[in-house]
This record gives sequence, structure tokens and C-alpha cells, in this order.
Amino acid sequence: MIEVKNLTKTYGGNARGITDISFNVNKGEILGFLGPNGAGKTTTMRILTCFMPATSGTVNVAGFDVFEDSLQVRSRIGYLPETVPLYTDMQVPVYLRFVAGLKGVPWKEIKNRVAEVMEQVALTHMAHKFIGELSKGYRQRVGLAQALINDPEVLILDEPTIGLDPKQIIEIRSLIKGLAGARTIILSSHILPEVSMLCQRVVIIDEGKVKAVDTPDNLTSQLTKSNRVVARIAGKQADVQDGLRKIRGVKRVDCLSPAESGAGTSKYTIEFEMDSQSSNLVARLAGERQWDLYELTPMKMSLEDIFIRIVTEEEIKQ
Amino acid sequence: MRNFIFILTKEIRSYFYSPVAFVVITIFSVLIGYYFYNIFAAFSTISFQAQTDPMVASQYGVLNVTEFVIRPFFGVVSIVMLIMLPMLTMRSFAEEKKTGTIELLLTYPVKDLELVLGKFAGCMGIFAIMLSLSVPCLLLVAFFGDPEWGVIVTGYGGLFLMGGAFISLGLFMSSLTENQIIAAVLSFASLMVLYMVGSSSGFVGEKMGQFLEYVSILSHFETFARGVLDTSDITYYLLFAVFFLFLSMHSLESKRWRA
Repeated sequence: MIEVKNLTKTYGGNARGITDISFNVNKGEILGFLGPNGAGKTTTMRILTCFMPATSGTVNVAGFDVFEDSLQVRSRIGYLPETVPLYTDMQVPVYLRFVAGLKGVPWKEIKNRVAEVMEQVALTHMAHKFIGELSKGYRQRVGLAQALINDPEVLILDEPTIGLDPKQIIEIRSLIKGLAGARTIILSSHILPEVSMLCQRVVIIDEGKVKAVDTPDNLTSQLTKSNRVVARIAGKQADVQDGLRKIRGVKRVDCLSPAESGAGTSKYTIEFEMDSQSSNLVARLAGERQWDLYELTPMKMSLEDIFIRIVTEEEIKQ
Repeated sequence: MRNFIFILTKEIRSYFYSPVAFVVITIFSVLIGYYFYNIFAAFSTISFQAQTDPMVASQYGVLNVTEFVIRPFFGVVSIVMLIMLPMLTMRSFAEEKKTGTIELLLTYPVKDLELVLGKFAGCMGIFAIMLSLSVPCLLLVAFFGDPEWGVIVTGYGGLFLMGGAFISLGLFMSSLTENQIIAAVLSFASLMVLYMVGSSSGFVGEKMGQFLEYVSILSHFETFARGVLDTSDITYYLLFAVFFLFLSMHSLESKRWRA
């Protein structure tokens, strides 16, 4: 449905843009777009929505090129920018009718369609209000409503839950989830649980480059190979830590909760190199040294860890 | 066409939602109304004096209400337009850029031409309302005197064309910046320059002088105020408007050009 190929955008001066971004989104899929602030998420989305051109590379939305067939692309997308820019001096239904008109909803259906969308995003009771009077959460819904008004095939949502309270976040998320299926959705966020909850696939982007594209599950299992193990062992902390460090393949050992007395247990996280055996080596060592082993858990990485790892990987290598 | 109508109605609506339209229209009416009162009162005083005092009568010659009231009135209306219309056009694109609403507008399936024409027509609509409020002054003249209707019709036609030229220039300036003040100052300054160049035509040589005279934006209105329809003047205002609408369109479009 959406094909992004070698997309590059450079701004004048030293401002960062994006370099050589490529990914695909399949029909009906929710794609998460993950990255720290300033990574290039908004830039990419603005190119996808024909707001600005790329320096090089192509984007194809529903078979139309964003540069060549801009109007065709624009009539097929719904876009919610990060700042949700709205005309604050208009009433909600008046604004939505205006958008419906511009987005090509037939004259006769405009009124019904506006009522429908307002119902869908739970805005009906705000119909008499001016947009300027609405709280952030309701503005977000108006933003979502204008994106949905022409029932577009593709939805591009830039940080749709930013600045909302927890209850609103849950509502918006379930709304987005409900929209999936018929529509293709790209959603940017730096809230990781959100992405792992909503999205079938994740693109991690940092400093304008794609760092990883995969399903949240695959990313997790791929990166768990780095092998972190949590162990609770009784014994003298210095000895144990020393012993653990000498195991082949261990990168680092941290003591999480030091024992209060010599005989108490301490908790350690042990990080192994990729592809080396892990838990069994710790168990074997404990057996050899006659430490009492109370707990031994291989750690699964959360998306948060993966994200931090991928984004900071290069610094670690250096 | 459809998009044009939606943008046009939204523009007019938002002029009235924000007090801009009210303020601009009110001040316009007050200024021209005050001037009209002065000139009309002066005319009636002089007319009275001329009836009783032949010296005064010979000083002014034939007292003609069209010559004495209506033509200067149109002149002042055009000056007030030059000051007020930049206030009307300054927000059109600059505000959308400042608040970010342009980002959504440009991602809707709307052609840049439809957008520019819609905004232009919106401003023209407000301007038409503004101008129509000066009609009662002339009705007052018609009630007490016997003006030449031909001059009034061509005068309004000329004002409308000139307003179109002012508005298109203002729209272009507004499309260049996201700061409304800068947009207003730029359009006001350019209109002033176009207004003043005519006065330097006397000492820059014959060819250049003719050119400056032709460029000068208010000089073309004089024929309309005399009740003359000159195609060269009509063409001037139409070309002026088309030129700046074209520039505004490309100023918007340039956002989408590949860097």
C-alpha cells in the first residue's frame, strides 16, 4: 500500500533531515514509527502526505507517486499532524463540514458524514463549541475526525496520543485499533508500549536513518540473543561478582541488590555476548564454587530496551 | 469549483468570526463618511454663498456636484482602501502558516489555484461589503442634487478593479511570510511606492516618465473617476491582479518543489 524507497531529505544548513529511508506498509497494517525526538519521524510523514518534497527517493501511496500524482495521494490519506493545527475560531461541525467539502465528500452526504465521524470519535456533545474552547484531548479528537472524514484508505497519525491524560490515551488507542483492518495506518510515537500494543510492525528510526524494521515480537527475540540473565546468589558479593565476570562471554555484571549480611543473597544481572551460552554457565559456576543459587532468569527485553539498545548501539560500539 | 466555494465561504466566515472584518469595515466607513460630510458640507456652503455673492460664483465657475463632491470622494475612498486593504489581506496566508493550519490545508486534495482564488474571492467579498457601505453617501447626493450616474457607475467599477489589484498584491505578500505585521507592512509599502512613482515622472526623462506614469497604481483610476472607460486602465488592473495571484500561487507551490 505504501512504498518508501531511498527517501532522503536534506535541509539547508546543519539541520538534520532523513537519509535513505526505505520501508513498505501492507494493506490493512498498522505500522509503528518509533524514534527519539528529532529523529526524522515528522519529516518522513510530511513527505508521505505531500506537504513537502523529498530531496531524492520515491514514495508510492496506493499506487500513486507523492510527487507526480500529489492530488490523487492527498485524496486518499487522512493526516493528523503532531501539533493538531485547527481553526480555533470555528465551531466543530462547521469546521468538519469545511474539511469534508475539501476532501471530496459529496454535497448531500456531508451532513451525515460529519455526524457519523463526530459520533465515532465521541465528539457529539461538543457540537456547539468553538474549537478554541476545547481541551487538548478534544482537539485531538477533532484532529482525528478531520483525518477520518472522507473515510481514507491510509491514515497517517503523528504522535496521536501525545499530551493526553491516561484515560484519553486509552480511548484514542482503542479508537485507532478499531480503525485498523480496512485502513492502512502509520503511527509515530515515542511511547513504546503503545507501539507494541497497536502495531503489527515497527520501524525504528534514529538520526534520520532506519535502524530496524520488524514485528515487535521478532525484534524482541532477535535482541534477546544478547543474553541477559538475572541471578540471585548467596555468598560474598565481591567473590561472586568476580567469579561471574570470569565466565567466558560475559560482558558485564551488575549487582542489583547487595546482600545486607555476608550470608544473605544478592541479585545480579549478567550480560553475555551474543550467541554465547548463558544460564547454564552461571549454574555450572555456582555448582563448582558451592554458591547457593536461588534464582536464575533469562531476561526478555522489552521494546523499551530494544529501542534504547538500537538507538544507542553505535555509541556502545565506539 | 467546489473547493473554491468551500474555501470562499470559510474565508468570509472566519473574517466575521474574528473581529477583523468588523474593525476594518467600521474604520473604513467612518473615514470615508467623515470625508464625505466635509466635502458635501463645503459644497453646500459654497453653493449658498454663490447664490448671494456673484464674486464667489465667478470664482468657482459652474458648480457641479459630480466634479466637486463625487470625484474627490472617489479619490479619498481609493486612498483609504490603500491603507485598509493590507489589513484585510495580511492574515490570509500568514496566519495559516503561523498556526500551522496550512499543513493540513496543503495535504487536502485542493489545487493551489483553487486555494488562492478562494482566498482572493473571500477578500473581495469583504471588500465589496465595505464598498457598498459608501453607497448611502452617494444616495444622499442624489437626494439633494443631481449627480451624473455614469460617473458613479464607472467610479465604482474602477474602485472594484483597483481593490482587486490591492488585494492580490496583499495576498502575495501574505504568502511570503508567517508574520502578519510584515505582510501588512510589505503590501502597504509596495502600494505606497506604486502610488508615488507617478510623481517622479516629471524629471526622469520622457520615456521613463511615461513608464512610471503607467506603472503608478492610482493614476489609472482617474479616468474611471471622470466617467471614462479606458481599456488600457481596465487591462492594467486586471493584469496587475492576475500577475500577483499567479505569484501567490507559485509562492505556495514552491513549498512542493524539489530542493
